[in-house]
Amino acid sequence: MSLLSILGVLSSAIFSGTSLLYTTLGEVIGQRSGIVNLGLEGVLLVSASSGFAVTVITGNPFLGLLAAALIGGLTNMILGYLVIHRKANQLASGLALMFFGFGLSALIGKPYVGARINGLPRIPLPGTSGLPQLYTSLFSFDILIHLSIPTAILVWWILFRTRWGLGLRAVGENADTAFASGRDPRLIRYQALFLSGLLAGLGAAHLSIAYTMNWTEYMTAGRGFIAVALVIFSRWHPMRAIVGALVFSGAVAFQLLLQSSGVQVSPFLLDTIPYVLTILVLIAWGGNRRQSAPASLGCVYHGTE
Amino acid sequence: MSQTAKTFPRVSLSNPLVNNLIRYLLMILLALLLFGIILLVTGKDPIQSYRDIFSATLGSTYGFSEVLLAMIPMLLTALAVALPARVGLINVGGEGQVYIGAAFATWGALAFQNKPAWILLPLMTLLGMIGGALWAFVPGYLKSIGLVNETIATLLMNSIAPKIVGFLIFGFWHSPMDTVKTDNFVSAARLPTFFDTRVHLGFVFALVLLALFWFIMKYTRWGLEMRAIGGNAQAARRNGIPLKGYLVTVMCIGGAIAGLAGMAQVSGFYGVLLLNFSMGLGFMGFLICWLAGGDPIGIFLMSFVVAVITTGGNLLQLTQGLPYAVINILLALALFVVLASPRFFEGKKA
Repeated sequence: MSLLSILGVLSSAIFSGTSLLYTTLGEVIGQRSGIVNLGLEGVLLVSASSGFAVTVITGNPFLGLLAAALIGGLTNMILGYLVIHRKANQLASGLALMFFGFGLSALIGKPYVGARINGLPRIPLPGTSGLPQLYTSLFSFDILIHLSIPTAILVWWILFRTRWGLGLRAVGENADTAFASGRDPRLIRYQALFLSGLLAGLGAAHLSIAYTMNWTEYMTAGRGFIAVALVIFSRWHPMRAIVGALVFSGAVAFQLLLQSSGVQVSPFLLDTIPYVLTILVLIAWGGNRRQSAPASLGCVYHGTE
Repeated sequence: MSQTAKTFPRVSLSNPLVNNLIRYLLMILLALLLFGIILLVTGKDPIQSYRDIFSATLGSTYGFSEVLLAMIPMLLTALAVALPARVGLINVGGEGQVYIGAAFATWGALAFQNKPAWILLPLMTLLGMIGGALWAFVPGYLKSIGLVNETIATLLMNSIAPKIVGFLIFGFWHSPMDTVKTDNFVSAARLPTFFDTRVHLGFVFALVLLALFWFIMKYTRWGLEMRAIGGNAQAARRNGIPLKGYLVTVMCIGGAIAGLAGMAQVSGFYGVLLLNFSMGLGFMGFLICWLAGGDPIGIFLMSFVVAVITTGGNLLQLTQGLPYAVINILLALALFVVLASPRFFEGKKA
């Protein structure tokens, strides 16, 4: 096994993991504010299809990116209206949103199945220009990959170093207390959901505009649920989400590595590793309060009525 | 639900029922209207589409039987959520339990295919239920010893189950022609169907289980104890109700019912185990149960509405050239409308 094949595997892990990382970062924000979004799968699909459609129409992948992000934010507003305004059950609303996304994305994407686009331009990693062409091409990433770790840091900074982030976490822990200290839990949750949708939209855009550069029905193949699992795996912390996304996409890369070295392990079983790992991690914490979910995750905020 | 009606006898029995029905119809109309607008925007004829959906489902005997057929897995997966919900457990894991139940039943069908139907079918049913129960045991046990929240655990195990089924199909069971499915089951491994329709014995299973659920919750000591746990688990424990035992058992029974849904799908509906065959059945069951407030009759009505929509979608695909998935929009709109109206069914479980 050569260095080149290992680097190739690493490169493909980064490519497939980026959409996961953005989505997970978004879901971290949402869950920190107390809302679990099981409809993430649907949001991703709607964003991926509309981003791709806009790219085909305008020929500009950056406009597609913008559209995907905005649509992601707006789709999340449906969930926001149901669970914040109408006080509906979060799990049920999320699942309904998922089915909505299945349908809407199929409708949006249908005329563009098989369309060809110019994906996001690739920019070589700085400092690799001296290397042979083969290596440079492995590590020339699109803008979203370059920005993925800065985005994680930004999300961490917003959540843990700004007043708004403090308010958001307070709402996620105890909305009534947050209200008593002068914050508006409803507004903060809407904002968190919108931001979360924007990030999910970016992840979806990376999938359809930068990575696969096409649209097929149900192309996200469970990434929304992976992201929800990743949020738990990374214990609701944006920096640990980077590790989580690498572990999840690394399982795929690992499988390629094994195949190239002639070891036959079922790809299906390797795919289960991240989930099993997440369950084991949960067991290892043993219900420790300090490390667990935001206290009012999934709860309805009734206000002062 | 019924308790609230009894403690407040000033509410007459017929009024809320009629009110609910009217509200219910209005909601469906609103959803139809919204979906009609979407169809118009995409240049389709909404009136014709609805006529198609109607004629494909309620307009003919065969169409109606197809609706009943589609209801079978929904009834079962909804019940798999409703029972654990009575003791306060949130089982989002129906999807995974369906897959594992189907896998166990398929093993039975493939390993004992030369046995007669009267041995094979009960065996497959039992295997399917064991499979689902095992898959639910893990989150149930982890919850009962206070380690892992059952919502998270069942959700994670949903993602594992289809991959195990994929592993089994690709690695061992796939037919010589096709790597994404097993050989067709022998006729002894198929659930018998009624008359000339595709409605199979699973429908009877579902109805019997629904009735049993209603009876147990209402008239037996178990039902009383389960309701006590659902009301206040700690108080129930101090009153000598074996809390942990109930949590694990009820979760396993829920899983077994979902596993039965999986068995019914492979044995009754498909006659073969397909990769990714469920496509959200378990999640649909969760939604139906939640919208029905865990009430058996509500589950039946909700399943019926959802089944009409999904069955009608098949025809929409043929006549309007829309992708099948588009019918999910109408489904989701109906769900949104119901979700947005609080206290639709009284006393719903969170």
